[in-house]
Amino acid sequence: MAPLNIQQGTSRHSAYDLRDPNAEASERHTLAVTVDNEAGVLARVIGLFSGRGYNIDSLTVAEVDHAGHKSRITIVTTGTPAVIEQIKAQLGRIVPVYEVHDLTVEGPSVERELALFKVTGTGEKRVEALRLADIFRANVVDSTLESFVFEITGTPQKIDAFGELMRPLGLCEMARTGVAALARGN
Amino acid sequence: MTQPMTGAKMVVQALKDQGVDVIFGYPGGAVLPIYDELYQQTDIQHILVRHEQGAVHAAEGYARSTGKPGVVLVTSGPGATNAVTGITDALMDSIPLVVLSGQVPTFLIGNDAFQEADTVGITRPCTKHNWLVKDPDKLAETIHQGFHVATSGRPGPVLIDIPKDVQFAEGTYVGPVKAGHGHYHPKVKGDRETITRLVEAMETAERPIFYTGGGVINSGDAATQLLRELVEATGFPITSTLMGLGAYPASGKNWLGMLGMHGLYEANLAMHDCDLMICVGARFDDRITGRVADFSPNSIKAHIDIDASSINKTIHVDLPIIGDVAHVLEDLLRIWKSRGRKVNKEALKPWWAQIDEWKTVDCLRYTPSAQTIKPQYALQRLEALTRHRKDRFICTEVGQHQMWAAQFLGFEAPNHWMTSGGLGTMGYGMPASVGVQVAHPEALVINVAGEGSWLMNMQEMGTAVQYRLPVKQFILNNERLGMVRQWQSLLHGGRYSHSWSEALPDFVKLAEAFGAKGIQCSDPADLDDAIAEMLAYDGPVIFDCLVEKHENCFPMIPSGRAHNDMLLGDADTEGAIGTKGAVLV
Ligand SMILES: Cc1ncc(C[n+]2csc(CCOP(=O)(O)OP(=O)(O)O)c2C)c(N)n1
Ligand SMILES: [Mg+2]
Repeated sequence: MAPLNIQQGTSRHSAYDLRDPNAEASERHTLAVTVDNEAGVLARVIGLFSGRGYNIDSLTVAEVDHAGHKSRITIVTTGTPAVIEQIKAQLGRIVPVYEVHDLTVEGPSVERELALFKVTGTGEKRVEALRLADIFRANVVDSTLESFVFEITGTPQKIDAFGELMRPLGLCEMARTGVAALARGN
Repeated sequence: MTQPMTGAKMVVQALKDQGVDVIFGYPGGAVLPIYDELYQQTDIQHILVRHEQGAVHAAEGYARSTGKPGVVLVTSGPGATNAVTGITDALMDSIPLVVLSGQVPTFLIGNDAFQEADTVGITRPCTKHNWLVKDPDKLAETIHQGFHVATSGRPGPVLIDIPKDVQFAEGTYVGPVKAGHGHYHPKVKGDRETITRLVEAMETAERPIFYTGGGVINSGDAATQLLRELVEATGFPITSTLMGLGAYPASGKNWLGMLGMHGLYEANLAMHDCDLMICVGARFDDRITGRVADFSPNSIKAHIDIDASSINKTIHVDLPIIGDVAHVLEDLLRIWKSRGRKVNKEALKPWWAQIDEWKTVDCLRYTPSAQTIKPQYALQRLEALTRHRKDRFICTEVGQHQMWAAQFLGFEAPNHWMTSGGLGTMGYGMPASVGVQVAHPEALVINVAGEGSWLMNMQEMGTAVQYRLPVKQFILNNERLGMVRQWQSLLHGGRYSHSWSEALPDFVKLAEAFGAKGIQCSDPADLDDAIAEMLAYDGPVIFDCLVEKHENCFPMIPSGRAHNDMLLGDADTEGAIGTKGAVLV
């Protein structure tokens, strides 16, 4: 017989495979999911992740089409390539889901997150905090004689970096929105 | 058609417009307005069950034996929570159900009101979709969409939670056409390109096999016909999962029998050694694959499934085809025919010779006995005495008896075999047989049961008697939770922890107490006459078949083992499952 001109499959892990499921490298993916903004839809998405043991690194949701009652959920997740494929297929199966886009593989995209940082301190530390905020293009949205609230937008990495710098300067509280992302171009 | 009516009336109207003629339910405070509407009409028959779990399994039996969705009506709180096992069962086995539950009035939701439960919250993970309807104007539309979701794509259960004030309130009724389907439209046509690659592979394959499942049956009669045509035309061997039995006839010459954990030797070895596996409407479940790493190591795998999430879930396949089985098989056959109906005839001969050699192992053999009824013998006799009945429907409970039924009974047509596959729900079969008999009043409906499972929903005998449903409860009574015991003997050194019942009822008296007929049989010599008596009786029967207590079910692929590593009998079981395999179920 002529060899079949098809690349042969390899087994993937399952609960019944005793190999180490972490053997394959994990990847970070950003998924954009368009859903009907109906009661319980977020619970369905979150329940899918918790019920099937997938990771959620970040999740944001808001109605983006008020007339059509559609929301966009942006999920950042990590998993092996097979798990990422499963996540997308499982999301696609949810009845109020219209579309699932994997922004990580569908071409270049932009990701932004907004964060608020409260930094307390006086003297040199306070000045240094203000100087760094300037470098990071963070805005001061509240200030007292002993504290600032900075607003910063950027990639999650940029926000992480800013947080690291603020820590020794009196960072006492922070709030982050999670990632919002769009594909570049048209 | 739009007109004002109360929510309760809309429920009944919507069911009528969906062509529903029977529903299974149990009343309570939160559904009284709907029950009041049911009382005032005659188009829809309501079957009063004895427990809401029974209502759901009965609706599953109805659905699987007719191809139509089953409909369930339960009250709020305990009514809904009792239904959860059945709903989960239907989800796992892709059975279309529409479950209507009552809810406390909207203004009490969240107050821990009497008989309030977060029904949509509880059932979210075990339904295909669910809705809480707070607006009477949305009620009819939601019910119609519920039917659409339950029956299209991969079928499954939906639940619609209806607060009591919505049942009383007036709203505008819309019919099914006006309600529309929303945006839920799963893709049914497979990718032509990939189908053509599969045809190419079929033309040259040396050791091909069809591996089919419940998806063929769910796809409908056309899918079954096309599958049969394809198998006959190609001459390829075919095996099936538990859920797919009957799609290809057991008497067909290419039939290898069921595969999987308790599947036939020849079916499992053919799966292991094949070079082309064509999976049609099955999902590489762990009962089928055994150890994933060693699953059919040298084959090209094609997978036809309507659910994209089934593809590459546990087994990576080479040719994924997302679509409805009937649509895909139609294209597959057409393309294969148009390219000259080619198969690798030369290679198929030795492949069949190999399969025939495996068959000589006679993997279902057992040691017969003249003193005690062997469970396998009981099923062989049941088969011999009922095989001629085209209208025979078989339900089962869960356990050894279920696997023996799958091994020893032959199914010639789809939709004649109802068993709890994915969830493995003890207590499924008795109520399922009620639902099947409601759908087919003249048919022969037999529930092959284990005594343990049967007791879990035995209250439904009351339903059978009330509606004069002549269901035959064929209990293979080994006075043991046989399947648990079998695992304990394999895995836990024969320490039979809580795997037998000390106080079983007298099943004959129990039958009589329900107003049914009871028959007991313990002597193999009397078995044929006793079965004949059961079949001749025009009414429900409990048949207490006292069988060998310690018989184990073979062949068996122990957890964590490969397909070509099967146990064929008790002699093979010594140390069969290692410590790693023991953690699996
Ligand atoms: C609701 C439920 N509880 C527990 C189990 C675990 N279980 C699987 S088979 C079995 C024993 C079944 O006993 P019986 O119905 O007498 O059948 P047998 O195996 O003896 O034929 C049990 C307890 C199950 N499948 N379902
Ligand atoms: Mg038993």
